[in-house]
Order: sequence, then structure tokens, then C-alpha cells
Amino acid sequence: MNEILELTRLAPEINLLKLKVPLITKKAKAGQFVVLRINEEGERIPMSITDLDPETGVLTIIFQEVGKSTAHLATLKRGDRLADVVGPLGVPTHIEKFGTCVCVGGGIGIAPIHFVTKALKQAGNKVISIIGARSKNLLILEEEMKNLSDELMISTDDGSYGHKGFVTDLLTQLLSSQKEEVKFIMAIGPVIMMKAVCGVTGPRGINTVVSLNPVMVDGTGMCGACRVTVGGKTKFACVDGPDFDGLQVDFDELIKRQAMYQKQEKLAMQRFEKMCGAQTEGGVS
Amino acid sequence: MEMKERLKIPRQKMPEQTPQDRVKNFKEVPFGLTPELAQKEALRCLQCKKAVCVDGCPVEINIPEFIRLIAEGDFGAAARELKKNNSLPAICGRVCPQEDQCEKVCTLAKKFDPVAIGNLERFAADWEREQGKVEIPEGAPPTGKKVAIVGSGPAGLTLAGDLIKLGHQVTIFEALHKTGGVLVYGIPEFRLPKTIVQSEVDYLEKLGVEIKTSFVIGMLWSIDELFKEGYHAVFIGTGAGLPNFMRIPGENLNGIYSANEYLTRSNLMKAYDFPNYDTPIHSGKNVVVLGGGNTAMDSVRTALRLGADNAYIMYRRSRKEMPARLDEIHHAEQEGVQFHFLTTPIKYNGDNNGWVTSMECLKMELGEPDASGRRRPVPIEGSNFVMEVDTVVVAIGNSSNPLVPQTTPGLEVNKWGNIIADPETGRTSREGVWAGGDIVTGGATVILAAGAGKKAAKDIHRYLQNL
Repeated sequence: MNEILELTRLAPEINLLKLKVPLITKKAKAGQFVVLRINEEGERIPMSITDLDPETGVLTIIFQEVGKSTAHLATLKRGDRLADVVGPLGVPTHIEKFGTCVCVGGGIGIAPIHFVTKALKQAGNKVISIIGARSKNLLILEEEMKNLSDELMISTDDGSYGHKGFVTDLLTQLLSSQKEEVKFIMAIGPVIMMKAVCGVTGPRGINTVVSLNPVMVDGTGMCGACRVTVGGKTKFACVDGPDFDGLQVDFDELIKRQAMYQKQEKLAMQRFEKMCGAQTEGGVS
Repeated sequence: MEMKERLKIPRQKMPEQTPQDRVKNFKEVPFGLTPELAQKEALRCLQCKKAVCVDGCPVEINIPEFIRLIAEGDFGAAARELKKNNSLPAICGRVCPQEDQCEKVCTLAKKFDPVAIGNLERFAADWEREQGKVEIPEGAPPTGKKVAIVGSGPAGLTLAGDLIKLGHQVTIFEALHKTGGVLVYGIPEFRLPKTIVQSEVDYLEKLGVEIKTSFVIGMLWSIDELFKEGYHAVFIGTGAGLPNFMRIPGENLNGIYSANEYLTRSNLMKAYDFPNYDTPIHSGKNVVVLGGGNTAMDSVRTALRLGADNAYIMYRRSRKEMPARLDEIHHAEQEGVQFHFLTTPIKYNGDNNGWVTSMECLKMELGEPDASGRRRPVPIEGSNFVMEVDTVVVAIGNSSNPLVPQTTPGLEVNKWGNIIADPETGRTSREGVWAGGDIVTGGATVILAAGAGKKAAKDIHRYLQNL
């Protein structure tokens, strides 16, 4: 159990992880997440699910190295075992036959939007996907998203690939063209992107769901670290979400709450880099 | 020994770390009684014919008998006597509210200090463990019946021990990565060393209990799936796992924690040892803990150990109404915790980065008694004042976790979401499903949860025999 079957780099600081967790793959649905722990000293890391195969028991996660724990995770090898993988957690994304849907994925958010896109297609929806990244070399899952979606639009912040600008530019164009009535929008990515998407869809009154990623500890409702304000009420992202009505979410609060441990994260990262450096030097001598 | 002489012996004090030393570490505060002190203390017991202390014990331990055995120096026999009724004596000796239970009704207490029953319980259990004299009893012949226990807190651990000894196959499903529930995530090391919980868990595993950690019933498997997997009976002991907040403005500012989160980070994830452990915790300089229970005392004393300059308890009633154990209140006072009684926050203020900087509070006075029999706190108009804080821990209790009830059709809950279970047997509205501990009663004590596990074990055994 919890064996790493594959760990490969997809892009700078972005990694694909395949885990053997047969029980979880039998149960998990699009929109849910798992919590990993690398070792005894490790923290509990919530991770969105990119894909899974209940037949083989393989769960796919794509993660970005954003701090010490994810940097450490990226150093593991095939055959290593994680201390814990717990899940599925969270409420699955509400999937039904809406009609035409738009899936917006930004950066690492393309990974979970991939799973949602798949589920929406399976439910018989027409899916137009918009994916974006800072730069071409950071864009992930382009092929997979192209195959899953009826139409795929791409943007990069620096214009190195696709539209130069943001996913919201493409979304605005799409919605303004009024080619067809969009019934449902799912947006996953950096908080600032999800906020911008809702800025586009809100005035148009389109049903927009976002998947939130606040700081979590247990992931089962026990601690309340992940509280977010939705429609003026406090919700726990782990058991009430992670999906919420994007038009009701207090994104500014979420951005501040995500930064709560910035100082400690920096310290842990510096210490980790030092340790890795020392190990490499040791190897050379 | 003559009665007169017994009465002359003062209550023996348990040696402990000095307050100055202990606020700098997370090690257990008391060192425990020495055998000499324990025997001396045990001699104070009058061996009453009508042992009212036993009535005061939620699990009806034969208190005079185990104390008599300590007085005679047969500590192993004392431990075995305790274990007849309580599978977790080393734990309960440390965390039971004895002053509200056995020691409250102790005959001596009318004129003198009561016998230190809790300290003696702890002594006997520790002695047995430290001598390596814990006996693995011979199991009953296998019955072929399988029981699933959801949650590895005091209720689940007690139940597991009782049922495995009766020959049933027992599996505990624990959502977290460590076994013990509130005993490992909630109660700090300085009050309950984790090695003690671990040794209880090891004992159960030696008896043959199977433990599956990181396994969330309600998400990975439902209760119905447990039956499909071949379990004949299910016990739900998932605890009070959904922290309450006050729902006042600014409560989601950075630096404001639930006690569950604060304690989980420090205890379970060992954030006090960051960065050796990866999980961080915000160790503020001015920490206010809201609430007057054991969880509040645990939180405020954790804050001191994490380096707070000022650690406050803010409680809306007066000292008299505080539900915490007396020992914990004393220890907190000795360690320099400052108390704001009859005070409640009404609003938090923060800086531009979303961090709490101060809280606006109101003074209260006590009015008429409420449903709990305690006098209701009433705000004093115009008594508002502002206090500077950088960390707040909300320790005002928990609601019930929704994961199991939500996914178990036919399982009746009350309006607070607590599972409805027969107080004598633990039976729920679902055939083959029992429940006990905080998920039924709301936030209570370790011993009440253990007692519920004990009662359910008897009833489950009866049920399985008739299957």
C-alpha cells in the first residue's frame, strides 16, 4: 500500500505522482482529494486528484513544489512508500447533464480540472476547456485536455503559447460571443484566477463552482483550519467543500489565510535546501 | 492500623516538576507517587463498608479493594483489580475529574482531604507497566464473529479490549494516522505522555486487535459496507469532531484557532518541535484561550510552553463554574496563566495582512440559572474594552462530526447531530450498530466514553451470541 509507482517531472517544479492505493481508487470521485504524509516527521499534505483507475488501483496526482514538504516529495523514487495516504476526502463535484459547460484550469489547477472535465464529459455534457499557465513550459496536460474536451483554448501570461494573457480573457471572449448558452462553469487554479473568473461570470449570472485549497490539517472536519467564508457563513472546505459556489466565496480572506505560515514555510524550505546541499556535497567527496 | 492513626496521615503530595522548569518543556508535570508514598496514601483509605466512592465512579471500580492491595504492597494485584472494570487505568488516573467523582464522595472528604484515588490508580497502572508485568490473558475460544469499531479513542479502545477477550475478532478503523483519538491529538504530552497511550494500544494489538489507521469510515467505506465486508456488529465512537466557533466578526483572521487545531498541531503533529517536524504552529506572544474546560487549560498551557509572554484564559462565567479539573486549574495558575473571568469577546480586529491584532470584549455578570443549572452569564452594557492579542484559541466545545451520520441511512441523530443511543447499552436505531462516547453525549470525559464502551461491549457480546 501507498507505494509510489511513478514519479516524473512534467515541467519545472511540477511533478506527476502515481500511487498504488486500491481502496481509495474504488471510491474517489472527481472533486475529491487525499491527504498524504511522507514520513513520521511529515505534515499532512492535501492533494487534489488528477485521475484514477479503479481497475489497477492507481491514483494520479500532479503537484507543484511550493514548499518543503512538496520539494521533499519530489525527491522520492519509484518503489518508495508514503507513510500515509488517506481519502477520499471532501464532497465530490456535483456532476449532472448541464448542457454546455466550461472548465477553466490555471497552472497546477489544470490537474484537478482534468478529472472534472472527464466526469462532465461522461455525464454527456459539451465541455469547452480553457487552460492557462505563466509560460509554455509550465503548461500541463494539454494533450489530455484536448482529447477530453470538445474545444480547448490556451493562454499563457507571457504569450509564449496560445493567447497572450489570462484565461479570463478567453472566457470573456467566449461568453461575449454568445455562440451558445453556457450552463455551468468550473474553475480551479490560483485563488486570484478563480476570483477573476467569478468576476467575469458573476455579472452574467452563470452557475460557477470553484475548488478551494486552504490550509488543512486533518481533512475530516476535526480542526477547522480550512475555514472559508461563503455567502457570509463560515464553512469547512474539507467536509463542506472543497467545491463552493464561486460567486459567494470571500477570496480575499482565503488569500490571506493561505499565507498564514509563510514565515515558517520559508524557514523549513531553507533548512531543507541546506540539508539537500550538504548531501550532494557529501556525495561528491 | 487503627482508624485514629490512619486519620493522622495527611494526603500525600505527588512530586512534580517546578512551574519554572515545566513551562519550558512538554514533559509530564507530575513524576508519580513513589511506592512508599503510594502505600502511605493507601493507608488513609478507611475501607468503608458502604463504599460510596464506587458509586461515584462511572465504571464502578472496586476502589477500596485496589487501594487495600496497594497498602499491602501487592501493586500488581492492585493493577489487575483496576483492570477488571477499567481497561485504561494509567490514562484515567491522569485525566479523570476525580474531584467530581470518586474523591468528591470519599468519606474522608467530609472532614479531611479525600483519599488521592486518582493518583493511586495511576501509580498501580504505571507500576505494572514499568515492571513489564502486564499480563496477556489467555483469549476465549474464537467465536467467528467480527466487530468493527469506528474511532480509536477511549470508547473504542475499551470496547476493543473487552470484545477481543471474549473471543470476537475486532478491527478498529481510525481516520487519523495515529491510534488513540483525543488521547493523542487532544491531550498534551505534559498531561498524558503518548508512550502510555501507545502501550495501551500495543497491549490491544498483542491481544489480537487489528487496527487500520488513515481509514475514514463515512468516506472510504460506509457503515453498510462494513456489514458487506462481513462485520457482524459496528460500534461508532468517532468523538466530538467538529469544533464550535463563536460566530463573531473577524473570527477567520489569521492567528485564531480552534482548540482542536491548536492541540492537533502541537500534540499529534508535534509542531512544538518545528522544524524538526514539518507542521508549523503560530506561537504568539499574547495568547487568549476562550473557555473554561480541560481543553482550554491544555491549550493555554501549551501556549506558555510554545513561548507566550502572556497566556490568558477568558471565560464568560466565574471561576466556580469552570468545568476543568481542579489539578489543571492549579497547574495553570502556578505556571502563570492569567484569568479573565466573566468576560466574553464580541469582535476581533485585524491588520492589513489578515492577522488578528486585538479583540473587543464585554464584561458579564451572573444571572438566573440556565438549563445546565449554572447561573447564566449576562453582558454588562457599556463594559466594552479592547485587549491586544496575536493568537486566540477557541475552546468552547465541539459539535458532532457529520461524516458517519451523513452516510448511514436509518441512523437517528438528535438536533445537534449527536447519534441517539440507549444510555445503558449503546444501541442505536440501526440493527447491529452501537455508538458511545462524545458522538452520543457531546463533549464529555475520557472515563464516560470508556464507560460507554464497556456497556456496549456487554450488549454487543450478548447480541453476537444470539446471532
